[in-house]
Amino acid sequence: MNQISNRIFTLICAMFISLNFFQSLSQAANNPPAEGEKFPEIRLAIPQKGDDSKYLGLDNEKFFQIPKIKAELVLVEVFSMYCPFCQKEAPAVNNLYKLVQSDQNLSKKIKLLGIGVGNSNYEVEAFGKHYAVPFPLLPDPDYKIHDAMGQVRTPYFIAVRIFPDGSHKVVYSQAGGFGDAKEFLSSLLSKAKMK
Amino acid sequence: MISKRRVMVYLISFFVFAFSPFLPVAGAGDFKDSIYKGEKLKPIDSQSRLKVGDKAPDFSLPSTAGRQESLSSYLGKKNVVLSFVPAAWTPVCSEQWPGYNILRDEFERLDAVLLGITTDNVPTLYAWTEQMGGVWFPVLSDFWPHGAVSAKYGILRSSGVSERALFLIDRKGVIRYIDIHDINERPSTELLMKELGKLKQ
Repeated sequence: MNQISNRIFTLICAMFISLNFFQSLSQAANNPPAEGEKFPEIRLAIPQKGDDSKYLGLDNEKFFQIPKIKAELVLVEVFSMYCPFCQKEAPAVNNLYKLVQSDQNLSKKIKLLGIGVGNSNYEVEAFGKHYAVPFPLLPDPDYKIHDAMGQVRTPYFIAVRIFPDGSHKVVYSQAGGFGDAKEFLSSLLSKAKMK
Repeated sequence: MISKRRVMVYLISFFVFAFSPFLPVAGAGDFKDSIYKGEKLKPIDSQSRLKVGDKAPDFSLPSTAGRQESLSSYLGKKNVVLSFVPAAWTPVCSEQWPGYNILRDEFERLDAVLLGITTDNVPTLYAWTEQMGGVWFPVLSDFWPHGAVSAKYGILRSSGVSERALFLIDRKGVIRYIDIHDINERPSTELLMKELGKLKQ
């Protein structure tokens, strides 16, 4: 009896360990970036509009990564022109941008960037034009960026804190609208320890 | 010796950890949660005889606004885009029309009206488009006689829904562009607008 119990115990332990191992593997491949983690290494094309590159403080290279943006905090909005929730959220995101820009100190530290998943350049521009989006929007026509970010639902917001030594970490990562822009900004600043 | 109680504790832990990833998680919104996610369908399941240059078959269908809309009422006035989509509350359709919804200025600039058509009934279409936040273009129901207009255009599938199809009709009522698309994929909006731009010239 004692031997049987030991065998059952060993079997369960083995199953438990192997299951958790495979789970962690699949999560690493599919999950969105979690708070405290690094932002996925995604190569993004420099925005075509010169003003957008200037806003993000990017050099004249073809590609960049989020931590290369000249800011202390970058808020990435994952959206789609075809997503009614992203359309509904657009005015709130514009308000957040205006709120940041109205503060001389914060406007230098916080930058916003949108990534249109499954959207061509034409579609991203159509979204930007319709909602008069004042910050850069980048296309992701073949869902490559979307895949790298764990195929998140849209809209999805990820805030990345960039430190003076060039290191970075995700401080906010959540699906859905953020509600009141002022409260959200305050919460972001707390999470990023920028208050 | 390992007690039965201890084995039970390990068993419970195992099931909790094993199945926790499959537990429902609060999503980004109710609309997306209401969308039916079916399996991949046969890309095209009909054979339209209509071709570019043909006269567009006329029709009159009820809209979600409570009116009858007829194609002939736009003759000599506007270019018309017919957007047939297979069904309300399905994934691709629930994105395609919200996309067109923010392009009203573009359709108007190109002197065109957009008519959205499905084989769903009016109340279903009303509920669906209201959940999108409402749309600016007429949404027409080809429910009864079931799929009659879709059949006239040669795009009624064997399951009773229409293909995902776009027809561009000029002011003279002539078909100038046809895209009977893979039902599983969204047609290119950019291409549609380019074709519409040709009618404006």
